[in-house]
Amino acid sequence: MKTVIKGAGYILAHTPDMVLHNGTTQTTERIVNPESEYLKELPSHLRDWNTVLGYWPNQVYIGNKTPDDLAAIPQPWCDKTCDVNDRFGPYGQMMPQEEFLLMMQAVDVFSLVKLEKSFVETYKPVLAQNPLIDESILNRIVEGIDGAEIARLVAEEHSEGLYHNNVLVGCVNRAHDIDVNLSAHVMHENMVSKASSVLALLAALKNAGIDKNDVEYVVDCCEEACGDMNQRGGGNFAKAAAEIAGLNNATGSDVRGFCAGPAHALIDAASLVAAGTFKTVVVTAGGCTAKLGMNGKDHVKKGLPIMEDMIGGFCIVLTQDDGVSPEINLNIVGRHTVGTGSAPQAVISSLVTESLDRNGLKITDIDKYSPEMQNPDITKPAGAGDVPLANYKMIAALAVKRGEIGRADIASFADKYGLTGWAPTQGHIPSGVPAIGYLCDKIKAGEMNRAMIIGKGSLFLGRMTNLFDGASFVIQANSGPEAPAGVSEDEVKKMIAKAMREFAATLLAAEE
Amino acid sequence: MAILAGKKVIIIGDRDGIPGPAIEECAKSAGAEVVFSSTECFV
Amino acid sequence: MDLENQKRVLALSEEYGAENIVVLLGASEGEASSLAAETVTAGDPTFAGPLTGVQLGLTVFHVCEPEIKEEVDPAVYDEQCGMMEMVMDIDDICNEMAPIRAEYCKYL
Repeated sequence: MKTVIKGAGYILAHTPDMVLHNGTTQTTERIVNPESEYLKELPSHLRDWNTVLGYWPNQVYIGNKTPDDLAAIPQPWCDKTCDVNDRFGPYGQMMPQEEFLLMMQAVDVFSLVKLEKSFVETYKPVLAQNPLIDESILNRIVEGIDGAEIARLVAEEHSEGLYHNNVLVGCVNRAHDIDVNLSAHVMHENMVSKASSVLALLAALKNAGIDKNDVEYVVDCCEEACGDMNQRGGGNFAKAAAEIAGLNNATGSDVRGFCAGPAHALIDAASLVAAGTFKTVVVTAGGCTAKLGMNGKDHVKKGLPIMEDMIGGFCIVLTQDDGVSPEINLNIVGRHTVGTGSAPQAVISSLVTESLDRNGLKITDIDKYSPEMQNPDITKPAGAGDVPLANYKMIAALAVKRGEIGRADIASFADKYGLTGWAPTQGHIPSGVPAIGYLCDKIKAGEMNRAMIIGKGSLFLGRMTNLFDGASFVIQANSGPEAPAGVSEDEVKKMIAKAMREFAATLLAAEE
Repeated sequence: MAILAGKKVIIIGDRDGIPGPAIEECAKSAGAEVVFSSTECFV
Repeated sequence: MDLENQKRVLALSEEYGAENIVVLLGASEGEASSLAAETVTAGDPTFAGPLTGVQLGLTVFHVCEPEIKEEVDPAVYDEQCGMMEMVMDIDDICNEMAPIRAEYCKYL
């Protein structure tokens, strides 16, 4: 059975105050260097809502612009304004901080998220206008509490403050007095992940045009962990988000693998559909507060705005074949194995050419590659280079070694087979998946046949292994109706007759 | 005089450049002893 | 540089003697290389880690600099770094590393 990609959802939440209060670069700096120039300078480098709306890479993320449009705009992009500044796009939306804080309360089932009274009164009607938000979500937002009580909770009860325009407007309480796994910090991080995942789920289901009750299984592939001191990574973000999104017929589970998580999750999900285990499986992930402002020091030092101010989320809906939608080819799955090693050429071979070779394909038989689609506007000033471009150079170098392209073609390889990166540096969010919406559009329009999604994960950061990881798969144009499965009675008779003849022949041979 | 032979080597690899374990192989082949190897990630 | 890595660099320098240590980097480009090189020689320029204000002056190279490549088994080098040589701007890395070494390395 084939698995097709029925739809995708991509969302961003603008959270400038969380850059200051929750990004680990900033929280670390506040511990080791509380009086630093960086912390003093940082607030003046934050972007306002209008600026993020007009930021080119953001408009590509929600689908109002394409990666091709972006490639035509000279870098840097942070000093340019996109000619579209709509917060809604064909793939999803950008959500301003005030709405997102309400979303955090809407996904809270343990009365941990507290918001100030007038804040709720002012912004709940605004959230109600959001086309993705229905009564079931709005009704979860409770009347706010006194600002003084919020200040007390933050000062005395270890609650994590929620700020808007640098004003304390709410907090996330700890869920346990002693258990660090349920601390206010962890609950805040997880609530942000859940809220952005729910929003992505809602966007994807709407785009796929399927009934919520059709979803049988949800796979979450973010990089957070939820649990308590007796089961620190117990889970399950997937089911928790499905509950809020109203997917009553679904269960789910979490798949983890650092930034490679989404690639693993999509292979798992596609296999579940292909095996007939479930008819509709969605893969979802919310974003990550820790990475907000991750490269802020370099951005501030260079007089640039803080561009890591967006929480990302994505969701991909997979169903059984509909005869139209692009399919996931599970025969062309690449994987970095334990034995692959760390040498970059071994890594890229394991992810790109090993699976192509098995299928008799060349590197140039893939129309587009989507490896890690990090926005170079963010990574280049931070000394991390242009990550997608580096990946394309590696694939091109491999193609040269295999004699599939000439050495002179390396420079143009990225233009022809690559995409310019646009995704926020939210770890798993850029990892191959941001292009799926665009690639499916191109494939459906007949402008492309095959694309490869590549996820890579830095497992070594968990200090449990020194290994790297990665997985890849190919999406392709729908190949039309499948031949009926199974074998006819006639064929069975022929097979038995053949086997009998062969057996007789071996007996005769043995007698001789 | 050789830079690596007989020396204790500390490796700070990069996920998007040369990762730690790949540098380890190089250093060992030059007769150095690897005393620490790590890989950084900026994304 | 990651704070834990700085801590390890400091501890190992004390354990083995700074003159016996060589730091090998694998950064993807010049600026990141020189930042890491500066950290293990003149101290953490971001004032965040244990090497802040500590002038270890360690010998430091990027693994793709010719001085190191020369000493590595060519087959091993080709297998581990060959492709990245085509991908990274090695000249940029060398140009960034040399002045840091000239100014801060104490054991060359």
